[in-house]
Amino acid sequence: MRKLMTSTAIAALALSGLALTGLTTTAGAADKEVQMLHWWTSGGEAAALNVLKQDLAKEGYAWKDVPVAGGGGDAAMTALKAMVAAGNYPTASQMLGYTVLDYAQAGVMGDLTEAAKKEGWDKAVPAALQKFSVYEGKWVAAPVNVHSVNWLWINKAVMDKIGGTQPKTFEELIALLDKAKAAGVTPLALGGQSWQEATMFDSIVESTGGPEFYKKAFNDLDEASLKSDTMKKAFDNLATIVKYVDPNYSGRDWNLATAMVIKGDALVQVMGDWAKGEFVAAKKKPDTDFLCYRFPGTEGSVIYNSDMFGMFNVPKDRKAAQVALATATLSKSFQSAFNVVKGSVPARTDVPDTAFDACGKKGIADLKAANEKGTLFGSLAQGYGAPPAIANAYKDVVSKFVHGQIKTSEEAVTQLVQAIDDAR
Amino acid sequence: MSSVATTEPILTPAKSTPIRARLQNVLPQIVLAPSFAITVVFVYGFIAWTAYLSFTNSKTFPSYALTGARAYQRLWRWTFESDPPSSWYTSITNMAIFGFLYVGICLALGLFLAILMDQKIRGEGVLRPIFLYPMALSFIVTGVAWKWFLDPGLGLEQTLHHFGWTSFHFDWIKNKDYVIYTVVIAGVWQASGFVMAMFLAGLRGIDSEIMKAAQIDGATTGQLYRRIIIPLLRPVFLSAFIVLAHMAIKSYDLVVALTSGGPGGSAWLPSNFMYEYTFKRNEMAVGSASAIIMLMTISAIIVPYLYSELKEKAR
Repeated sequence: MRKLMTSTAIAALALSGLALTGLTTTAGAADKEVQMLHWWTSGGEAAALNVLKQDLAKEGYAWKDVPVAGGGGDAAMTALKAMVAAGNYPTASQMLGYTVLDYAQAGVMGDLTEAAKKEGWDKAVPAALQKFSVYEGKWVAAPVNVHSVNWLWINKAVMDKIGGTQPKTFEELIALLDKAKAAGVTPLALGGQSWQEATMFDSIVESTGGPEFYKKAFNDLDEASLKSDTMKKAFDNLATIVKYVDPNYSGRDWNLATAMVIKGDALVQVMGDWAKGEFVAAKKKPDTDFLCYRFPGTEGSVIYNSDMFGMFNVPKDRKAAQVALATATLSKSFQSAFNVVKGSVPARTDVPDTAFDACGKKGIADLKAANEKGTLFGSLAQGYGAPPAIANAYKDVVSKFVHGQIKTSEEAVTQLVQAIDDAR
Repeated sequence: MSSVATTEPILTPAKSTPIRARLQNVLPQIVLAPSFAITVVFVYGFIAWTAYLSFTNSKTFPSYALTGARAYQRLWRWTFESDPPSSWYTSITNMAIFGFLYVGICLALGLFLAILMDQKIRGEGVLRPIFLYPMALSFIVTGVAWKWFLDPGLGLEQTLHHFGWTSFHFDWIKNKDYVIYTVVIAGVWQASGFVMAMFLAGLRGIDSEIMKAAQIDGATTGQLYRRIIIPLLRPVFLSAFIVLAHMAIKSYDLVVALTSGGPGGSAWLPSNFMYEYTFKRNEMAVGSASAIIMLMTISAIIVPYLYSELKEKAR
């Protein structure tokens, strides 16, 4: 047995030796290379990212994708965790909200403050976004875009057929849905997955309680607001609006719900502006084929989420490539080119809107206004209102309410407070 | 392996080089060492690590300061939160429903098919692989195929409506109370053919003399199966049970592919809970605690089995 142990130890040493050699070779080859971890692999997104690759190639930096098995955001985050734990940092990684702060807290993020000063990011990037891209005074991430979730996407042909107009209040929206129902069209296209239900509920909460209430409840997690009558009313409104879905909505993917609106099977979808990408891909034009309105009662404010490139604390020889990547990411030309394709709006407010379509122009104007008025709020459903544990607990409660495990708004509010408390 | 080592010195005269003899002595250990090391580190080492993490306050990243059994306390509280059901309560009740039905139906159906197949029917060579084939698919494929088949807007219901049976209604996959049964259906479809093959092998291994003797004594076919054949298949039942039980406990991909968690998370199993909490919610301690509870559950099944197996061998 003792011999067995000795030989085991030798084998283990040999193995770890191999692993070390592996590591050093990957690290050595990388000084003129940008190693990028992301999950933008589908058509439009990949095309948009190509712009960045070309920008960097002009400066002499090669682009290398870090492979992710499975392709989704979750798989990428698991891969990133493993890489960071092994001390093998990518140059940058696509990241969302609190993930950036988690990694910054763990002390593995780089420092881009110099580039930020030179390029004037402090002024150009909305303050609400800087909460996630700046950690303890240091720039650690470059925001790529700003998505907002408080949109209605409406099929114009159906809207004309039923003689509807833009709803200005929640009650008007319900009246509009009634009209669609009477005309035999599915009024609301919803995918019954927790994140989609919660994304819609973000808008409903602001519509019900106003911008101040949204901020208090979903960004500050103020308990009194969370269990207030206003929140109960918001859940009641949610119960009202989900009555307008088709019977087959449960579990549907968001893009299939968008397709229902594109085809005219449904009137409206409440979804983030990535839905626009689907309309554009189907060769539909804003204002002629489809309409984009703010969710009634949320006009003038933006509930956002944002994709960011988190920058890791890479060794000195790879630093230049990283700075080049970050600078290119926040350059006005890339911000415009990328976001035209992606459906989102630029993460800096000084990018000209000439290349954007009508919805994009509106989005840019709204973002600017919201930034100035202080009505730019993180979406809780999208992980910009609170850390993932809380955001997911929130999604649980909303989804259980929609699907009937939680039966009354009273109970929903109690559960919400409890779940958020548990996750703290 | 050790017998090789002890007999070698006898074959080679003691005069030959002692180095060679010693090498031959340790060779089996050297050959086994890597797999032994890998098992020790990656199985038992990480079990210990998971157990340790479940007593810390680990969130996104592991943290090593022990903070007590808070994760277990939370799971314990969630175990009794049935109205509205907590995610953990849903997971463990689903586990009970799924485990019981999946194992039970697979065993019954597998045995039934095997007995039918054993009637010296024509075309057995064609039928056997047809029943066995689903096992060759991954759970993801099974899940997606059944998701489409069971979707009221795409699959069975839509097709029957198309053929004129418009009153037909089957929306279990969209229903929070029934979605777990669709997981059972897909799981049974996948595994029962495999169980059939196990039983068929068992049936073929039964000595035909015994059966002939029973028939001469005047046993009916029913008695023959009830009193003789099925009792003789006991070891097959045991192995099939172990295979199915551990597949039930580690089912994760089927739930994800088939239901993406179900309406309001109503199709979760403990493995979904564990992954969700560890990797998506950054509550590593809670995830680890649930993993340890799953391990305990599996041990409760496997340990008595191993014990009885070893006892039988020792006899």
